[in-house]
Amino acid sequence: MQLTDRKKVVVKKEMSLMEKLYIPAITQGMTITLKHFFKKGATVRYPEVKREIAETYRGQHVLKRDEQGAERCTACGLCAVACPAEAITMESAERRKGEENLYREEKYASIYEINMLRCIFCGLCEEACPKEAIFLTDRIVPVSGNRKDMIYGKDKLVEDINHPIDLSYRQTKAVAEFKKDKTKAHNQTWKDKQNLIKEKSH
Amino acid sequence: MLIFIIYKTILVLLVFLISLGIAAYSTYAERKVAAFMQDRIGPDRAGPFGILQPIADGVKMFMKEEIIPTVSSKFLFILGPSLAMLTALMSGVVIPWGGHLTFGGQTFPLQITDINIGMLYVFAVVSFGVYGIMIGGWASNNKYSLLGALRASSQMISYEIAMGLALVALIMKTGTLSLGQIVAQQGDGLWNIFYQPLGFLIFLICAFAETNRAPFDLPECETELVGGYHTEYSSMKLGFYLFAEYINMFVSSAIISSLYFGGFNIPFQSHFGFDGNLLSLLQVVFFFGKIFFFIFFYMWIRWTIPRFRYDQLMFLGWRILIPLSILNILVTGVIMMRHEIFYYLSNIF
Repeated sequence: MQLTDRKKVVVKKEMSLMEKLYIPAITQGMTITLKHFFKKGATVRYPEVKREIAETYRGQHVLKRDEQGAERCTACGLCAVACPAEAITMESAERRKGEENLYREEKYASIYEINMLRCIFCGLCEEACPKEAIFLTDRIVPVSGNRKDMIYGKDKLVEDINHPIDLSYRQTKAVAEFKKDKTKAHNQTWKDKQNLIKEKSH
Repeated sequence: MLIFIIYKTILVLLVFLISLGIAAYSTYAERKVAAFMQDRIGPDRAGPFGILQPIADGVKMFMKEEIIPTVSSKFLFILGPSLAMLTALMSGVVIPWGGHLTFGGQTFPLQITDINIGMLYVFAVVSFGVYGIMIGGWASNNKYSLLGALRASSQMISYEIAMGLALVALIMKTGTLSLGQIVAQQGDGLWNIFYQPLGFLIFLICAFAETNRAPFDLPECETELVGGYHTEYSSMKLGFYLFAEYINMFVSSAIISSLYFGGFNIPFQSHFGFDGNLLSLLQVVFFFGKIFFFIFFYMWIRWTIPRFRYDQLMFLGWRILIPLSILNILVTGVIMMRHEIFYYLSNIF
């Protein structure tokens, strides 16, 4: 079966005198290298200059908080199941009384680790997450001298409560529209839920 | 007499330091040229545009641990790089760097010594250079080193013949072995390249082989022989070998430009009307311009042409360059004796 028409039959023919002299070929090669000599290099001087990256660039992960600052992750483990590189591990814990401002739902991840050496930054965890807890950001994972430092725990993954990372641009219009609908349980914060319960009991 | 000795000492020291400086910056230039030809930037971290890179490299070389293999022959192991460096530096002695300087009625030639067998001396010293590689490679007691040394010696011996024969034609034309006189002859007339184009080509190719530069860098080809003859070397002894190669490159560039490109002569220099000292200094600058061009040419070739296979190298040396250089001698001889031949033939017929 012929897949492409790029097949080329190689003929081993005797070289002509000009080809045997090699000098024309060498001068030809030298003009090519000289042309490249005056060409601008393609190098980006990384720490000083940063390459422009796509809006949907998949870099270091972030574990999002909701509007009240509570962690969204419920340790369901879907991200870990979806992960093709098996880079994610977690341990779940039950939320205690008085921790409602810390964790959005009754169950949360007490340990959440991503091995950045295993991660292939495919973004399947982001897709799998039903709670909009994990996102990939445009941050580049910094290098490290040892493997232990490359296992990122919650200290590095959960977003800073004072500096939330805006990822709304990563969402499609349909999702953004859906998120406005507060009657859907997915979009309700803990306080919304409490209010709803109160309304119902009245 | 005392002034003479002091002057010569200063000149020797100057040539020595300049050779080392140029060799050091050749390493930088090589990396930059390679980078530009491959659309990269090259070293640019140490100082502005990375011009302090050779110093950083030198410090690194000195700081490295010095390893002498226990199975090696220690005396020869140290002698190898020393010889390579010595021979590389020695050949700069006969090169005329410029005209004369005149101070207080005394003339000082800008050439350390103009011995009348200058070219022969260069040849002797250059062929001596193979001993550095041979001894170092053999003393390492390592297969790769020995193979590299073997390749180096056979390559150098093969190409020396063609190089010498190419020079014979030039010497027939100039009638002298003294480098000073060869350069002086080109002062007013045409450069020797116009009389000896084929000879120049052969000489150039052989110079590449003699300095172990690409495409003839078989003695140290990384893909086959790890590091070739300097596999076992470390620290500054390795640095000496690498340095010697760059000094050789510098010296052979100087010799190529002296023999075929008019040396320190500036074209139409007698029409400018500069006085003695200024003209001499300009000549030095011009000469270094020519040398830098050839050093660049060496690098240009290195990053253009892939390495020869060993049998191709031997084929080129023995079956192409040597017959060609003999043909070159014949043609030169016929052209030089054309009147006599014509006279002889007209007597017959």
